[in-house]
Amino acid sequence: MITMGIDLGAKNIKVVILKDNKIVGKSNVLAGFEVEKSAQQAVDKALKEAGITKDDIEKTVSTGAGEKLAPFYDETKSVVGCDSLGAVFLHAAARSVIDVGAEEGRGMRCDETGKILDFEVNEKCAAGAGAFTEAMSRALEVNLEELGALSLKATEEIPMNAQCTVFAESEVVTMVHNKVSKANMARAVHDAMASRITSMVRKIGFNKDVVLVGGVANNIGFVDSLNKDLELEVVVPKDPEFVGALGAALAAAGWKGGK
Amino acid sequence: MELEAKYPTEKLKCWGKAKDIRMKFYQDYAEAHDKGGLRWAGGAWTFDAIPAGLGDDVYPITSEPYSATIAFDKELSLECMEAAEVKGYPRDLCSYMRNYWGSIITDKFAFGYKDGEFVPRFQGAKPLGFPKPDFIWQDHICCSHAKWYQVVSDLEGGIPMFTVDNAVGPAHELTDSKIKYVVEQLKDGIKFLEKVTGRDYDDELLFKAIKNHFISTSKWAETCELNKAIPAPLDEKSIYSLYVLGTLQKAGKQVADFYEKDLLPEVQDRVERGIAAVPNERVRVMSDTQPPWSFLSIFRYLEKFGCVSIGSLYTFGLIGQWEVKKDGTWGPKTRPDVEFSSRDQALYEYVKYELHKPEWQHFYSCHLKSDMMIRIAKEWKLDGVMLHYNRGCEGLSVGIAENRLALLDAGFHVMAFEGNNADEREFDEARTKAKINAFMETLGVK
Repeated sequence: MITMGIDLGAKNIKVVILKDNKIVGKSNVLAGFEVEKSAQQAVDKALKEAGITKDDIEKTVSTGAGEKLAPFYDETKSVVGCDSLGAVFLHAAARSVIDVGAEEGRGMRCDETGKILDFEVNEKCAAGAGAFTEAMSRALEVNLEELGALSLKATEEIPMNAQCTVFAESEVVTMVHNKVSKANMARAVHDAMASRITSMVRKIGFNKDVVLVGGVANNIGFVDSLNKDLELEVVVPKDPEFVGALGAALAAAGWKGGK
Repeated sequence: MELEAKYPTEKLKCWGKAKDIRMKFYQDYAEAHDKGGLRWAGGAWTFDAIPAGLGDDVYPITSEPYSATIAFDKELSLECMEAAEVKGYPRDLCSYMRNYWGSIITDKFAFGYKDGEFVPRFQGAKPLGFPKPDFIWQDHICCSHAKWYQVVSDLEGGIPMFTVDNAVGPAHELTDSKIKYVVEQLKDGIKFLEKVTGRDYDDELLFKAIKNHFISTSKWAETCELNKAIPAPLDEKSIYSLYVLGTLQKAGKQVADFYEKDLLPEVQDRVERGIAAVPNERVRVMSDTQPPWSFLSIFRYLEKFGCVSIGSLYTFGLIGQWEVKKDGTWGPKTRPDVEFSSRDQALYEYVKYELHKPEWQHFYSCHLKSDMMIRIAKEWKLDGVMLHYNRGCEGLSVGIAENRLALLDAGFHVMAFEGNNADEREFDEARTKAKINAFMETLGVK
């Protein structure tokens, strides 16, 4: 069975095509202002990689903030539901999943079939999401891709406001004036964000098999801060930003655990 | 995903009458002076049987439902909110209060204006400014209530005001001395009302009003109890339009009669005939405190998943009076079986009864709220609970995190969402609906 999952995130659109639960095509396209056009591009790219056409897709599930803007879909499913499915598929022991995307941070508990048992989503605040690191990298004048590695070189722990991106940015300005090193500031940013995510995840509880997904899982500095805060080693799957789309494709295939 | 209907449904026959009673309430208030009557203002849970003793031509306006009406009118609400902010009142104060103050500051009466434009909402309605009350009759258990009306009085250039301190502790710790403490204040209040209105007080009118109060609050609870039935005969969005009458004038005969003679028999009939509020009912939830009034559509959104919200602690317990029955379940509070022979005796019975109001209990402890919600969740056979982290009402939102944990421990799925009862700027509809989508998956209906 060939299925497609489309995850229309706030910043990127990810597509995964599965054939008998094996990934045969995937794509990641910036959403931009013309989301529908970008979504079509993402779908076309994934189809090309899989070497198939739209007609070969038996079922498509769409998810994400722009789920209804997908060029075609049979059903929609919540992001937390897709994340759980994708995480359990990749790491069968996963019962706790954290997703840090561009716009939202989410925590969820699930069962062995990937069904959500409880979840939390950060509310109207960017402090627990990828947008926070983007704003901070601009304030630090450091490329976003370099921010993670830079923070691992930190020599000090500096507490920072974890509640608001705007106030956090003004704190960075103060640190700059106080001649705090960029590495220490980068660490402060990731610690603040990890603290925000941890507090959200603690509300729903977690076990030792925590899978971290979403684009921010690629940030090794954030992962390090989160591990320290949670006092465990989170599992970061390969291509963590695709896990939502993978879960959507699995949902389309009716996958409910097992291989 | 539209699910197939499982049950028959039909519109409430008494719906139109409920709307008429509500509209007449505001019309009577607006036009009271034209008929030589008096106007008074106070909260939805003030002891409203007391001013009734001043005569049959004394008309109230209750602040919370009035402010919710403004909230539903987004344009007018924004105007009111901004007017209050320009005056220097901060955004984190009670949002009901800010809408109400804004209506005074802008001098626009919600029952003349809709979407910022004048629309006659009742026959003969004029583009009125906010009709100034002749006196304020309030109680004080919520941290904002007395201050609310102090500001109203200031904004209006001075209005005689009396506030009763009824924060005497939870019902299970009620004592004779606590009841008398409130009774003595009500007696002082009656003297105050006589003085500021120049009218003689009529105890017979008081007795009738207290009896109406007993009927309204127990019959409303009895109606809510009927929602234990599967399918539920009423849904939360409709319940808001019905419970509101009790928040307007629970001691009024028209409200007592409506609850006893119109609504309750009709809902009983719906249960007997298996008439559902939501014909595709599959799962049942409830909410806790005030809803985001501008976005009641979220309750309709639930229905596409086959989910009915059977009400809330707020709608059940703000007006309804309850007691634990012999079988251990919650049912309508038994009305005091006494004939009133004196003011003291009537006030004592009135206060003793009213201090059991469920919605007052969780001002004292969040655990009391958890206990009541768990009881409702079990007895009304719920699958989950939606909790509103309501930035517009600190008093009723304190302890929600504790409530969430208690409900989870009791085995219920819980979804918490952020919002504001009367300030739509703090509610994110798209994100709340996205949360509902995920919540429905946890309930197994998506």
